[in-house]
Amino acid sequence: MRKVFKLQNLGCANCAAKMENAIKKIDGVKDASVSFITQRLTIEADEDMLHNIVEKAAKACRKIEPDCRIVS
Amino acid sequence: MNKRQKLNLVRILISLVLFIAAVIIPAEGKARLLIFLLPYAAIGYDVLYSAARNITRGQVFDENFLMALATVCAFAIGEYPEAVAVMLFYQVGELFQDIAVAKSRKSITELMDFRPESALLIRDGVETKVSPEEVEPGQTIVVKPGERIPLDGIVREGFTSVDTSALTGESRPCDVGPGESVLSGAINLSGLVKIEVTSKYEDSTVVRILELVESAASKKARAERFITRFSRYYTPCVVVAALLLAVIPPLILAQDFSQWVNRALIFLVVSCPCALVISVPLSFFGGIGGASREGILIKGANYLEALSNAEIVVFDKTGTLTEGSFTVSAVHPEAGPEAELLEIAAHAESYSNHPIAASIVAAHGGDIDKSRIAEITELSGLGVRARIDERLVHVGNLKLMEQIGTLGRDCDRDGTIVHIAVEDKYKGHIVISDRIKPDAEQAVSELKRLGIGRTVMLTGDSRKVGEAIGSLLNIDETHSELLPDKKVAELEKLLSRKNKNGTLVFVGDGVNDAPVLARADVGIAMGALGSEAAIEAADIVLTDDKPSKIARAIVLSRKTMRIVRENIIFALAFKAAVLILGAMGLASIWLAVFADVGVMVLAILNSMRTLKIKN
Repeated sequence: MRKVFKLQNLGCANCAAKMENAIKKIDGVKDASVSFITQRLTIEADEDMLHNIVEKAAKACRKIEPDCRIVS
Repeated sequence: MNKRQKLNLVRILISLVLFIAAVIIPAEGKARLLIFLLPYAAIGYDVLYSAARNITRGQVFDENFLMALATVCAFAIGEYPEAVAVMLFYQVGELFQDIAVAKSRKSITELMDFRPESALLIRDGVETKVSPEEVEPGQTIVVKPGERIPLDGIVREGFTSVDTSALTGESRPCDVGPGESVLSGAINLSGLVKIEVTSKYEDSTVVRILELVESAASKKARAERFITRFSRYYTPCVVVAALLLAVIPPLILAQDFSQWVNRALIFLVVSCPCALVISVPLSFFGGIGGASREGILIKGANYLEALSNAEIVVFDKTGTLTEGSFTVSAVHPEAGPEAELLEIAAHAESYSNHPIAASIVAAHGGDIDKSRIAEITELSGLGVRARIDERLVHVGNLKLMEQIGTLGRDCDRDGTIVHIAVEDKYKGHIVISDRIKPDAEQAVSELKRLGIGRTVMLTGDSRKVGEAIGSLLNIDETHSELLPDKKVAELEKLLSRKNKNGTLVFVGDGVNDAPVLARADVGIAMGALGSEAAIEAADIVLTDDKPSKIARAIVLSRKTMRIVRENIIFALAFKAAVLILGAMGLASIWLAVFADVGVMVLAILNSMRTLKIKN
């Protein structure tokens, strides 16, 4: 399934690209995209894995931009 | 500007004053370093902090780190003014980027912001202001003049005209009265109306359009993917090159380090691919936003890109190039007035709900006096027999005329022919045809003008009707008598004929053509706001049913792609030139700063043009 999250404090476009790459590498993620313009994160993954994935994604985002938060 | 941006602006101005002072004050040695460190600290403390913090997290090629490194190195080799200037301009660029992105996001969301805030619900006879989410289908709401209609529904009371320009781009108001449906997002212009709500807020037209356009950003175009991939390699490569440039030539040539470090700094300053990473998605977003304002909803940047390469445009006939509703186009009585023939036919057909019968009744227009009609018999596959004013009437096809022993006259007009006989005597015939949309011809000719290689029409209709419409509209190829599953097969054949880089666009009305819409490179559904399935299957949705919008959509996509390409080429070429000149010692750090910030600013400004593409 496809789920959309909002990103808070996503400050730079290059970071958004890096986050996209990092989230795509998380196990179970079929596809992911981070849009700097709309400040949205879209993840496509199996529903039962989603919770786990979102936690890992949040960690990946924090690593790239410490203030960045994922809100649903 | 928001508060943070204003604070940043103040900080930039203070640092600028301090910087100018430092340049003017004649100081030497340590004192000079000190007075330059002052503006540097004021403008760069957060960058230095982030750089330090990120490096502990293993983010080596982070913008902040690179800027910190570049400026610290500049201080180390005694280029104080340059160090401060690089940081200063970097911050100016960041601020500008922040404002530009916020502004363009705002202008795009604003032009789509027709989200209703409240609804006036009638509950137990009393009007109560509630949020649109609380209203259930079947409930009645009141909409006053000047207000936005919050939910989809059917008018139950009152007459008004509504402005649907936010939904369809059509600025002419349309009149509605009881029994007619209205869409959420339209503005009620003139009268107070009571509306029975037909769908929940989350399924309403407004929410659907907004979701569609906002989620379009997640479907990235090839150009965007290229930029993301490119930026992943660009920064590390440039930084490594900078390192090598600072160390190797001085060792080999036994020269002073400072000159080469200076050249390496230029590399560091241009190492951020920001200009591209921001301007390319921004261009697509602007293009999609601008199109949505005109009633062209594009579901992803990838479809915009594909549309710009359109080579074959395939139309469905009924409902796309034609109205999809039958009307009487000619009445040919053997003798007597046309109205008389129509009157007889309309009475005979008045009990049938077939669209052809309905069109005859509609063309008659006058009252149907049911007391004049007796003994109606439907003759399956032939027509109808009735007794009207005590006379035996047969209305139907040529075969029916043959059966009753009457010679019908064939007609050279295209369409369905209905023959009428009274007391077994031939009285004449009525021609019923589907009307071609007023802008259908223009739609095709504009596509030709845009250089579209081939226009094709697919129809389930008879060859005679299909070819007649095809040649009238100047369509290159017409394939008739196609059952729905044959349409996909025909499309496959066309797909195999096109060039590798060209795309095939299919345009349908979203009814029964979901498989074809899905199979085409770009599927366009028109007038399909009401149909969930069509929106799901299509890549582009036209909110109204004008085929001429297709040419406009292609123009918008091509211009957007052009702006994207301009940005990519301009930014890459400029940075490459600065890198080469920098390595040879021909570029100053000022030029590098311009290549970083200036190019980004210009690229953002250029991408904002996608919002205002002229016809």
